[in-house]
Amino acid sequence: MGKPQLIMTRHAAKDYKSSVKPIWCPGCGHFGVQAALFRALEHLDLPPEQVAVISGIGCSSRLPAYTECYGFHGIHGRALPLATGLKVARPELTVIVASGDGDAFSIGGNHFLHACRRNVDLTCIVMDNEVYGMTKGQPSPTTGPDWHSKLMPEGTGINPLRPLAVALASGAGFIARGFSGDPNGVAKLLVEAIQYPGFSLVQILSPCVTYRPEERHWKQQVHAIGMEPTTNPVEAGQRLFADDGLSTGVFYRAVLPGYPGTVRARSDDHLAAIEAELAL
Amino acid sequence: MSAIATLEELLAHAHNLELEAVERYQELADQMVVHNQPDLVELFRTMVRVESLHVDKVRDLAADRELPRLAPWGYRWSTLESPESVPIGGESYGMTPRRALELVLASEERAYAFFAGVADSSSDPAVHQAATELAEEERQHAALLREWLTRYPAEADSREPLDMDEPVEQD
Amino acid sequence: MITPISPAGTIAIAIVGSGGAGAITAGSLLLEAAGQFGWYGLMTRSVGPQIRGGEALAMVRLSSMPVLGHGDRFDVLLALDWCNADRFVDEVPLDADSLIIADAQAGDPPAAILASGARLVTVPLIDLADDIAEGRPNIVALGLLARLLTLPVKPLVALVGRVLNRKRLNPTYLQQALMAGHSAAAALDGSVRPPPLATDDGTRWLLTGNEAAALGALRGGVRFVAVYPITPATDLSEWLAPRLHQLGGHLIQAEDEIAALNMVLGAAYGGVPALTATSGPGLALMSETLGLAVASEIPAVVIDVMRGGPSTGIPTKSEQSDLNIALYGLHGDAPHLVLAPSSVNDCLVVTEWAVRLAEALQCPAIVLSDQFLGQSQAVCDRPPTEGASASPRLTARHGVSSYDRYAVTADGISPMALPGTAGGQYTADGLEHNAHGTPSSRAVDHRAQLDKRRDKLLRYDFGPDWIEVDGEGDLAVLTWGSAAAPTLEAATLARAQGLAVKVLVLKLLSPTQPARLERLLEGVRRLLVVEQTHSQQFYGYLRAHYTLPEAVRVLNQPGPLPIRPAAVLAQLLQWR
Repeated sequence: MGKPQLIMTRHAAKDYKSSVKPIWCPGCGHFGVQAALFRALEHLDLPPEQVAVISGIGCSSRLPAYTECYGFHGIHGRALPLATGLKVARPELTVIVASGDGDAFSIGGNHFLHACRRNVDLTCIVMDNEVYGMTKGQPSPTTGPDWHSKLMPEGTGINPLRPLAVALASGAGFIARGFSGDPNGVAKLLVEAIQYPGFSLVQILSPCVTYRPEERHWKQQVHAIGMEPTTNPVEAGQRLFADDGLSTGVFYRAVLPGYPGTVRARSDDHLAAIEAELAL
Repeated sequence: MSAIATLEELLAHAHNLELEAVERYQELADQMVVHNQPDLVELFRTMVRVESLHVDKVRDLAADRELPRLAPWGYRWSTLESPESVPIGGESYGMTPRRALELVLASEERAYAFFAGVADSSSDPAVHQAATELAEEERQHAALLREWLTRYPAEADSREPLDMDEPVEQD
Repeated sequence: MITPISPAGTIAIAIVGSGGAGAITAGSLLLEAAGQFGWYGLMTRSVGPQIRGGEALAMVRLSSMPVLGHGDRFDVLLALDWCNADRFVDEVPLDADSLIIADAQAGDPPAAILASGARLVTVPLIDLADDIAEGRPNIVALGLLARLLTLPVKPLVALVGRVLNRKRLNPTYLQQALMAGHSAAAALDGSVRPPPLATDDGTRWLLTGNEAAALGALRGGVRFVAVYPITPATDLSEWLAPRLHQLGGHLIQAEDEIAALNMVLGAAYGGVPALTATSGPGLALMSETLGLAVASEIPAVVIDVMRGGPSTGIPTKSEQSDLNIALYGLHGDAPHLVLAPSSVNDCLVVTEWAVRLAEALQCPAIVLSDQFLGQSQAVCDRPPTEGASASPRLTARHGVSSYDRYAVTADGISPMALPGTAGGQYTADGLEHNAHGTPSSRAVDHRAQLDKRRDKLLRYDFGPDWIEVDGEGDLAVLTWGSAAAPTLEAATLARAQGLAVKVLVLKLLSPTQPARLERLLEGVRRLLVVEQTHSQQFYGYLRAHYTLPEAVRVLNQPGPLPIRPAAVLAQLLQWR
């Protein structure tokens, strides 16, 4: 319990919400992610203009325009490098990536691996609904092998990947999962993730009411990890491989060296000396 | 979770509960604007107005008191979310007004249950009194909603109307 | 059959060797020594496919005036050995006036080289080197060539000692090797006629086109770079990395080219001028991201050091065949900047200009350099301090209210709010949008924004730097990039034969400047187009966007060989 304070002297959650009405289907889990993000930003009392929300393509990636923060709705799969360039150029900003299971793990897979590895201080939110919602319901890398769709009527027949395990193997130092039906719980994860001094990954199970209506049962199925996060990657690996994909909390939090470089200044001071090198 | 012990804590909970209800109903109203359901827009905007009055009421109760600032996960709800908010994922674009009212009624009933629970378990007279007052407000709301519900009889409302159009691709 | 011609006032020397003989090092040192002595010069190299120990050819041309490209013949070919040297036959045209210097121990020169009729002189380079501790034939050869060129010995010794000190070679032995070669060249005194020296106007620089482009980027204000290694652009980034750091900037090696350009956009969105460098295959990968830069109006510069295409092509050789993808390779209607330097020096000027233009116009700029320019080492004049100018990026002020990022303005350029500016929050978007930036599929918004993105380029005054014009005449040659070098030389030769020729070298390829080119072509009745492509991409571009005179001919050849001045001259003379 903190020191008693007046309620209305800081940013409120609604200060982070823009006037643009989301196009997400009523019942979409992403409303919970949005609520969680605003509560997290409010809790951290970050000025909206100091926060940048960077996205790719997909329902998840519509989030930036719904915020009062700076936003960049980029191209499919490329939110992480976009965010990386911004954070390295402007290290004082709080940079958050909003992505989905297709955007981050399929077309964006390569960038995902290297973002985990590079450890630039940003928070990657992956809204995972195990489907491509924006394009009428195709399987994604996290969809099970038996889910029937128009594009893959017999199901993919191949196993989903384990994104959190992939993140661990790629070197990410903060790995967590949440459930969009628990916006306060997710807010807590996001606060920790944003405060973590490095790359933080928060996968948020977020049911797609239109193409995966059965995902509404996640609400009854999710459960807390029930353990403190480990700092041991081997232990984390075991947990993640034993994990049923429905446990929520922080799996792994390690102290890692931060990405070693930013734009520190934009000076011309040494330009003359550099040019002098070229003289005969 | 430990019980709510002080009036300030109770009012902090009440304030958050009402504020989040307002925001959630606003969000639902906006969803229904976007999804072309004017009846539902009207319904949820009415709830925005109603709950905004409740926010004012809680602020009046708080008067000059300094209320504790709680982290979003620091509230002692027995439900996953704030009791008076329609849970994330509960709504749908084609839901009937009856269904929407059922969701709202359930929210009011949960809010009532929360305040009644605090009233019952509190030994602090100020907490007890305020919680009882707030519970009564919620009970009246619930009654009002049951009355509204009678305008949308269950027999006429078998299930959501069928949308014959397929979902549309976008980006 | 093209008759080779060599203008007075240049000398061209080639050094070939393999298996670690150090031909390239020798050539580079020769160029630097010659530059210090007072010549302008150019060195290019050609290599076999091996990473090390392959066959290598250094080609040096010296003159009293800036050397933009190779001529039609070589005066001297010095061979450290003849292993796999027939690979290079096409690149070292020789004739009866040329001199071949080789060690008899190396065996006979390839028949194709002897067939030129050049005079062969043997010098015991290997034995001379063996007589010296740590002696190397390439250093002996360097001493020999220096004498041929009448280069003073002392500065050469100092230069070689300084440069090769980095490779931990003993300066005493180096000096002995140089002197041994110098003495051995006594028998060859007078065999070649070095050109007159340049009049000394001030500082000359020694740099490659890639280095020049990198410096242009720094001068333009670039402080963030993201790259993926690709031949022949990698040395641009390698030169840039430590110097960028010295200026407070940062370079990231990205996981692929798509990531590299997206990182550039992120940094630019944040307000830091940013750039990437790549070659054809990388540019192809960047196509979608370039479109994002256009649609969201973010400045960015992509330097494409073109190489032989298509696909993996010929990575170590030059060609101008990325013109089409640079101009037309973005899906949708996506106006953007395309510029092309025409010389090593010009790589600096054009890159700096591209950075400033991209910032002013809030759009991406592709700079079409090529392997020839990028990896040629040149002794050239130091470009002036103030490069071609453009206004800095227009940004929105702090505390702005009701901000419309993509407001339609008179000049099409709308202020960009940088993250951190209170009240300026907006979401940049690849989706079409309205003036506020909200996604929109409405006709009126698409039309308004398409017009805005086009008009900001069309209404901009690019000033005089968009084209270089040399000479006057009703016979004109239109070219671009590294094809300018043989064209300008051919024009000089043609004028010496009484033909009036006007050469126009396009530097700004997009947006097109049809009215301005029309004025420049007034009175021109015959037009020759010169380009290094197989499919006449440049000619196709000219036909599509400009009004050309009735009589047009095209001289085009694909890489890997450079266009020779004689080839252009032959076309001009046929048309007199």
